[in-house]
Amino acid sequence: MMGCTPINQPPNVTLFEKGRFPSTLDAWGLFFIAEGELVLNDRVIPYELKSALFTDYAHKLRTVYVPEGKVGVASDSIALPVGSILSKTFYYPRSAAGLLKTGSFTGSLTSSYGERGLRLDQVQLIETRLLVHLDTGWIGLPYVWNEAGTEALLEITGAVRDLTLQSAAGVQEFQYVVPDFNQCQGCHIENLTVGEMAPVGFKPRHIDLKLKLGQLVSLGMIDQLPAGDFSHTVDWRDTEQSVEDRTRSYLDINCGHCHNPAGPADTSGMFLTRSTIEPLRLGVCKPPVAAGQGTGGRPVGIYPGHPEKSILAYRMGSQDLGAMMPELGRSLVHDEGVALVSEWIGQLEGDC
Amino acid sequence: MSRILLVGVALLLGACSKPDNDAVAVDYQKQLMRQLIMAQPGDLIEISAGTHTINRSLSLKVDGVTLRGAGMDRSVLSFKNQTQGAEGLIITGNDILLEGFAVEDTKGDGIKINECRNLIIRQVRVEWTNGPDEGNGAYGLYPVQCENVLIDGSVAIGASDAGIYVGQSDQVVVKNSRAEFNVAGIEIENTTNADVFDNIATNNTGGILVFNMPNLPQPGSKTRVFNNQIFSNNTGNFAPEGTAVASVPAGSGIVINSNDEVEVFANTIKDNATANIIISSFYSSGFSDRASTAMFDPYPEAIFIYDNEFVGGGNSPDGVDLQALRIAQYGLTGNLPDVLWDGYVNVDLLVDGQLPSDKKICVQNGNVKVLNVDMANDYANVTDESSQFDCELPKLAVVTLPLN
Repeated sequence: MMGCTPINQPPNVTLFEKGRFPSTLDAWGLFFIAEGELVLNDRVIPYELKSALFTDYAHKLRTVYVPEGKVGVASDSIALPVGSILSKTFYYPRSAAGLLKTGSFTGSLTSSYGERGLRLDQVQLIETRLLVHLDTGWIGLPYVWNEAGTEALLEITGAVRDLTLQSAAGVQEFQYVVPDFNQCQGCHIENLTVGEMAPVGFKPRHIDLKLKLGQLVSLGMIDQLPAGDFSHTVDWRDTEQSVEDRTRSYLDINCGHCHNPAGPADTSGMFLTRSTIEPLRLGVCKPPVAAGQGTGGRPVGIYPGHPEKSILAYRMGSQDLGAMMPELGRSLVHDEGVALVSEWIGQLEGDC
Repeated sequence: MSRILLVGVALLLGACSKPDNDAVAVDYQKQLMRQLIMAQPGDLIEISAGTHTINRSLSLKVDGVTLRGAGMDRSVLSFKNQTQGAEGLIITGNDILLEGFAVEDTKGDGIKINECRNLIIRQVRVEWTNGPDEGNGAYGLYPVQCENVLIDGSVAIGASDAGIYVGQSDQVVVKNSRAEFNVAGIEIENTTNADVFDNIATNNTGGILVFNMPNLPQPGSKTRVFNNQIFSNNTGNFAPEGTAVASVPAGSGIVINSNDEVEVFANTIKDNATANIIISSFYSSGFSDRASTAMFDPYPEAIFIYDNEFVGGGNSPDGVDLQALRIAQYGLTGNLPDVLWDGYVNVDLLVDGQLPSDKKICVQNGNVKVLNVDMANDYANVTDESSQFDCELPKLAVVTLPLN
């Protein structure tokens, strides 16, 4: 095996402490570039979420790293040990004409874009966000790739990229915004009173239990499969699943990190996590509290049978900074997400 | 203590090139963002004099930081070209002092502070410089879920909802401030123990609002509104439809909606064309057809109005119903009384047709009349017989903040 190690493969992943974060991503040793591909280092394991947060149609390569000799503890959640690093690399597939807008790409690492990683002549790398578990807690670091995809620099104030996406429907120009260091916390502090950052996606309900979590157990990175039934959190694109499960899964991953009973959006009294049961708490027939121009002239969060009367659908479909939801992380409208949520609202029964 | 932070030359924005004249602004923005991100407790971050163009939300997430400018008219953060973020400045943290700067023309809220303890906002201005417009951001100064809040000597102009809005908080003082050309000048909502005094509220749709909204963890009560100048709040309502304040009639001086234990005294309330004071329930908020949790109390109770100076007002109420009512009851050139009440009472509480003495609306203000418009019965039995309001309530305690 050693003989096959590419010459520029770093020996191992390196953990840096607060105040010593490296200015370039490669110093962490999570990735290296070999033969035109972005390749993952040993113990850096790719994973996918059943449903993912929408980020301007960007594709995401997610990885988890657990240091040798340590193990994550699974119960109904997964507590990754100090020294663990989650990464998320945002990229777009491209053709000769430019970046491609593709809504259906599965994000599979090995099959689509290269033998071992992402083929740099086929994708445009944008940014890589690290979530690093220090002994003082989790911390988020945004690294921004250069145009050539050869180097990513730490940019704690984030960045703005002017991008053009091409699809069968035409060309879309937009500003892709890399969040700043504080804005990482905007999503990753799910309990604002406690104020600690935590992974959003790396939870049992969002990850394929048998395949992926099973792999992590067999690699010794987590101790056991988490307990519990997570079958109602599904891939929102999977039309074999019920519209209810698909929509609630979509809302959970896209909205639940703020719209939960302890989150930054608890001020609204509207909770969109998968576990929310009471219709009023989901926003059914609920008047807005401080939505401002976010109401779009509509009376309630969710009006059963009427997406056109529902603030939820309006805010998802808006690009006005004062009205749009989520507030951060997108410049474009997720048309497929709006369509799904509208279909779900249209099927809800009752009146306000 | 001021920390000096270097702006790395290598840390340029993304890959897009900018014209040179924008480069200076981008550098200032980046420097300020870095200072806010790298802040440590005890830091003073200074906003230099001048108008600084900012196009992304600024955020602060560290306790014990002071953000200070050279004055609300000298240090200006202009968000006119904002491309990202729902606020101009978003803060979560304790022991924060904001002083001597302005935030202008944000797309959403001006300055939002979400969860805090010990907040001082002094001599800060939030303004939408184009004047009243439905497209303006919703809230100017916006602390929510905070404990111990002092807003002093500040200014809010042009918000499409509330200029100074304190929500779901406890122990609040708003004083010496000025709110103009907002839909709601100053709004205290679902907040307990608030003193609002020595302020000027003029040219808003409604001057000072004390509201309770349903479906929130905390109902509000115990607000004192006193020594304020509340005049000519006659700007047409420009709130987006669907919001709570969209139902506030233009020409409202003070509006108390669904809130309890509110004391209004020693104000000068003048020339508010619908009514100098409106007392209303959730049922006339335009929201009553919508769902609320069972524990929500929709009635305004224990409201005590005394010793205010009323001048003019009620001469041209907003809406055809009230206008017709004015003419029918008081003649073509007559005025509605100074206090207008929607007439909803909680019948479950009545004893011999009377509310218990600690739930009443009491008015001790010379010969000021209260007009019961009997909204529940579509204006069927309108009265201005005021003897039922001839009562007193115990005075509320002064709000004392543990702040300097």
